[in-house]
Amino acid sequence: MIEFSDVTMTYPDAPAPAIAGLTLHIPEGELCLVAGRTGAGKSTLLRAINGLFPHFTGGRLQGRVTVAGRDTRAHHPREFADLVGVVGQDPLAGFATDTVEEELAYGMEQLAVPGPVMRKRVEETLDLLGIAELRRRPLRTLSGGQQQRVAIGAALTAHPKVLVLDEPTSSLDPTAAEEVLATIARLVHDLGVTVVVAEHRLERVVQYADRLIYLPGDARAVIGTPAEVLADSVVAPPLVELGRLAGWAPLPMSVRDARRLAAPLRARLAGVEPLSRPGAGDGAVLLRARQVVVRYGTVVAVRGVDLDLRAGSVTALMGRNGSGKSSLLWALQGSGPRQGGRVDVNGVDPQRRSAREARRLVGLVPQTASDLLYLETVDAECAQADRESDSPAGACRALLDELMPGIPDGHHPRDLSEGQKLALALAIQLVAAPPVVLLDEPTRGLDYPGKRIFARVVRELAAADRAVVVATHDVEFVAAAADRVVVMADGEIVADGPTADVVVASPAFAPQVAKVLDPLPWLTVDQVADALSRVPA
Amino acid sequence: MWRPPTRLPRSLHPGAWWLWALGLATAATRTTNPLLLALILAVAACVVVARRSDAPWALGFRLYLWLGAIIVVSRVVFRIVFGGGEGDHVLFTLPHVPLPEWAAGIRLFGPVAVEHLLGGAYDGLRLATMVVCLGAANALANPKRLLRAVPGALYQIGTAVVVALSVAPQLVESVLRVRRARRLRGARHEGVRALRGIVIPVLEDALDRSLALAAAMDSRGYGRRGPQSARMHAITGVLVVGGLAGVCVGLYGLLDATAPRYLGLPMLSAGLAAAASGFTLSGRRVLRSVYRPDRFGAAELMVAGCGLATAAGLYLTMRVDPANLYPSLSPLAWPPFAPLPAIAILTGLLPAWLAPPPPKDTEVTPTGPRDDAVVIG
Repeated sequence: MIEFSDVTMTYPDAPAPAIAGLTLHIPEGELCLVAGRTGAGKSTLLRAINGLFPHFTGGRLQGRVTVAGRDTRAHHPREFADLVGVVGQDPLAGFATDTVEEELAYGMEQLAVPGPVMRKRVEETLDLLGIAELRRRPLRTLSGGQQQRVAIGAALTAHPKVLVLDEPTSSLDPTAAEEVLATIARLVHDLGVTVVVAEHRLERVVQYADRLIYLPGDARAVIGTPAEVLADSVVAPPLVELGRLAGWAPLPMSVRDARRLAAPLRARLAGVEPLSRPGAGDGAVLLRARQVVVRYGTVVAVRGVDLDLRAGSVTALMGRNGSGKSSLLWALQGSGPRQGGRVDVNGVDPQRRSAREARRLVGLVPQTASDLLYLETVDAECAQADRESDSPAGACRALLDELMPGIPDGHHPRDLSEGQKLALALAIQLVAAPPVVLLDEPTRGLDYPGKRIFARVVRELAAADRAVVVATHDVEFVAAAADRVVVMADGEIVADGPTADVVVASPAFAPQVAKVLDPLPWLTVDQVADALSRVPA
Repeated sequence: MWRPPTRLPRSLHPGAWWLWALGLATAATRTTNPLLLALILAVAACVVVARRSDAPWALGFRLYLWLGAIIVVSRVVFRIVFGGGEGDHVLFTLPHVPLPEWAAGIRLFGPVAVEHLLGGAYDGLRLATMVVCLGAANALANPKRLLRAVPGALYQIGTAVVVALSVAPQLVESVLRVRRARRLRGARHEGVRALRGIVIPVLEDALDRSLALAAAMDSRGYGRRGPQSARMHAITGVLVVGGLAGVCVGLYGLLDATAPRYLGLPMLSAGLAAAASGFTLSGRRVLRSVYRPDRFGAAELMVAGCGLATAAGLYLTMRVDPANLYPSLSPLAWPPFAPLPAIAILTGLLPAWLAPPPPKDTEVTPTGPRDDAVVIG
């Protein structure tokens, strides 16, 4: 169905090709997963399938890419519309109309599909994706998962042979991500659509994939079955890392596979206690919030939340999209609205202080970290941050080097990787030396190595006697970094306790290792590795 | 009793509402009688209340009412500031501000007469009524659906307008988001230096979004065209440009009494014909279909007809008895109220019953906004 023959892709002004010498044949009905570190060329590869590279992005393509015999060289992306459906990372950015029904019909209108056929296909697609009750809703009012399903539906109505998805679940909560991925898997099985999907969080998709294209970042591509390729790749889901550790062959791709292999490991670990993190839960209370209420008109985002944050602790704030996590963080920082309740940091309510004083009490890195950045170079941003917080020159740069060494001075902040951008924004906020640090969805867009580094950064912040809160959907990150988990739903706290207790108790939030080793209380591969080193084989 | 043919809830063709509203607005241009203008306002408001849907654009009507109020008030204030002396009934006298020689003809303050104020108010009310009529059309018909009804040749332009319309609220959202983020940095600067910290992230955001949208639309087949030879391309170009030039010349000929006859109506119709055929030809190249197109049915005809009847009624009144439409200011008199124009205007109220009820979105489940949407507030 999709044919890459000796393809080399080079962006204009790039010293080296993004992808070199790629030969690939994807047969009909296959689910092909593209994995690799950020910037390794995943999007470039996906864009080549319908000719967006090079027609839209610019650049040079050597070799041939054909889809069902149609060459991207001779045809524009719009001429692939009947053949290739594309779903992007941010569904909202790709919507061309206002309402669900119109959006589903948009692609067909461009293809001049006759009216009665359009009508029928829209109805079919609404049912196929289970979004029939949303048909008249404005797209902007939908939740993230619903939007992503509409975007997939909009691509499907044109009856494409190939569906290309670029990180479709990156901004979704675990349950919504499950829904979207289950939809995709169903399309492959029921309709025989060929699917190519790029995804950071392999643990979510790898079990559905027939084939894995791993881009190590040096313009090569490693192609094979997921088990073969993941045997020695840098990016690997926890399940695979556990498999490597335990020496399982073939490597398990699903929790079910792993559980069937895990009986000996469970037996070995039975008598061992996982190391608990020191200091969690007994630090001084740095931030005390009582009965916090946030409302937007008639919508109550946070209803009467009590929260204590202790020095030296990392608290994960979880809950589905729209459960009030961001609103709570902004209210705690004092910049966001707060209609009721008290927040107390060192005897001071940050909302009653000026913005400059508030950030000395509570630092917040917003969901889009790049909103904080507006200067041309990393150096200028750091200098500006020093001035903003009356710190000695170089303080921000020193902090940045501690968090993530080796970010070049002269780079434009936009050219940094997601992880580097996050580190820069965090450093800027830390210059003011706030005792409480709040991070809103920092892990979105980070790959496995990036998340590992960031987990270390977060632990170090806590070790320096700060109270850290991370709002996130990423259960594996929570398992690795947090001591305490607070789950919000509908503006209220529905669960609050040590990570191991909260996370293991809920099937949606349990990390893979916990699912495999259940009922033993293990959360991360590192814990297991540490225990195995203490227990003789 | 006679009942309108179909009562199933559905949205009317946007063109019908626009014709109705333009009819009312045209009627408003024909009179300065505050009673009649108030009647038109009431008619427009009644129909809006009866037949608007619960879509976001339908909530904009109140804004138009405010805009109308501002127009009336500013008209009156201007009359007070720039001299309102003409009239016998002087209400009060403000100190006159003498202006230098070169500003002769402009008077600042001075005596304020009832006649003058009322003249301003009547004028303002007329303009405000027209604005509110257009607002009513906007509230009743989705402006974007109107763009869907444009001919094929203009489709690309229509899409561009639709996209631009949806960019505006996104920009506002980005600005709010970035401003809040700046607070997090303890931004000290106000004014121009703060602007840079807001404008740059917002513009970057907007650029990213438009690139993503362009890529998505391209991938979904936007701008696909049928094959067309270079000759055909040239012919349509000549037809469209030549036709439009012909229309301009024809209009000039029609309006200028000294121009030769053949430059008037014949030129205008020839130009229109050429332009229309050019549009049709180039429209044929655009391969696309319309999902659930709005049909212009009986209900649409009736609604549009009511609006046009209102306009026609006032034109008729002007022929018969213009005094009813332009109340006298000197001598100062209570505006007359005549049955003929009133009935004509009340015809415009009929769509409140004639138009089918709008589809109510009962399926909307009360879900909270997304997390990030909440932050933006």
